[in-house]
Amino acid sequence: MSETYIARSSTIAARMLAGEMMVMNSADSTFFTLNPVATAIWQGADGCTPLREIVRERVCGEFDIEPEQAQVDAEQFVTELSGHGILRVSDQPLAGSQEVSR
Amino acid sequence: MSLMAEVGQKAFNLGVPLAIHMDVTFRCNERCVHCYLDHDDHGEMTTAEIKGVLDQLAEAGVFFLTFSGGEVFMRRDFLELVKHARRLLFNVKVKTNGVMIGEAEAQQLRALHVDTVQISLYSHRPEVHDAITKLPHSFERSIKAICFLRDQGLRVTIANVLMTANLSDHYGTQKLAAELGVQYTLDPTITPMMDGDTSVLALRVPGEELVEVFRNPALVPNQEEFCAPPKPPSDEDLEGYPCSAGHSFCYISPYGDVFPCVQFPLPTGNIRQQKFLDIWNLSPQMNEVRSIQAKHLSTCSSCSHVASCTRCPGLAYMEGNMRGPSTADCEKSFYRTGVPTANMLLQGLDKPRGMSGQGSPLLQIHPLAVSA
Repeated sequence: MSETYIARSSTIAARMLAGEMMVMNSADSTFFTLNPVATAIWQGADGCTPLREIVRERVCGEFDIEPEQAQVDAEQFVTELSGHGILRVSDQPLAGSQEVSR
Repeated sequence: MSLMAEVGQKAFNLGVPLAIHMDVTFRCNERCVHCYLDHDDHGEMTTAEIKGVLDQLAEAGVFFLTFSGGEVFMRRDFLELVKHARRLLFNVKVKTNGVMIGEAEAQQLRALHVDTVQISLYSHRPEVHDAITKLPHSFERSIKAICFLRDQGLRVTIANVLMTANLSDHYGTQKLAAELGVQYTLDPTITPMMDGDTSVLALRVPGEELVEVFRNPALVPNQEEFCAPPKPPSDEDLEGYPCSAGHSFCYISPYGDVFPCVQFPLPTGNIRQQKFLDIWNLSPQMNEVRSIQAKHLSTCSSCSHVASCTRCPGLAYMEGNMRGPSTADCEKSFYRTGVPTANMLLQGLDKPRGMSGQGSPLLQIHPLAVSA
């Protein structure tokens, strides 16, 4: 089975506010806030950890959610954010993302 | 409420400094007739100091970061500072006159994914712009910078300060912005100089001349609502706070002084002596600013405009009382709606005196004395 790797785009600005991640894409000023589950996936998007592992470690390990449902939700989330150009997706490891300091 | 407004309100309620305006220098290559700054260097923060401040700001939760001056490119390390800020994932906006921006600088700003570059431009006529900046050919150089930045795909905004020297040019400047394919903003605010000199206020556009600006649909889309007589304030309005200064926004000077806003020169601490979050959370001055609700305002709490006025607490502070009226905003409220303000009625005026603020007691504003 091929893996999915995700990395944060270099065009974004991001910061945590009260447990939710704010993300803005400088390319088109689209602005998002991510709920805690989406934030956990976002924070794991280092380009080298497979999405499946991010879901297992950061989502299922932290939130009360079924693994199958978590994987489906994560894939949908990744598709949506990559469509907005703020996540890069590949079946190969990607160059690393910047850390979000808070 | 938009998502952005919701986030702003959340930061306001939580007391998170969501946005910071940082002047990295007061030095400038222009000598604009309306500028409030002293352009000498009294001991700017070093590259390492500013990077350290940026680290603290990221940790404090700051998201929107505006770099301004002075002229930011007077610092040779400016792009290095932007790079550090972007590495920390700030949303970065740059305010500049553009005179030192060539194609290479525009490319670098693009590569760093700066959100917006705001360029000061005072007229569509070179002779008027250059007379305001006192720098020959500054118009030509700023226009070139706008084109370089735009061609890189960056968002560019022309910022025009409206004053007596360019009063008749704002339509032309707005048209020029449209022709260049960039955004346009207009601000009629002229503030006293940092040394307390109020002579610059003579450049303020008389309130009655602002009526034309208020009727410009390209600048004020909802004119009917904008110019409508004020509604009686509700209890909720009186419980409200004047603006985000000190609540979710503050200003940092090139010397590390922290103020509630760039236009609110109440010293609250210095980042060379204290951690940013200690100033933000513990400064008695910052907490005093935060405590002021509309119901606490000495004259404005009884004013019919209290809910819709653009009253700036910083300008009020410069007039001597941060809980008092800001005369310039009283004028705007009057000329926007035709309804006298409580401040005017208190003085027995049926229209503003004109040349707002001039002659009022104004505080002297100096950089804090700091030993690095």
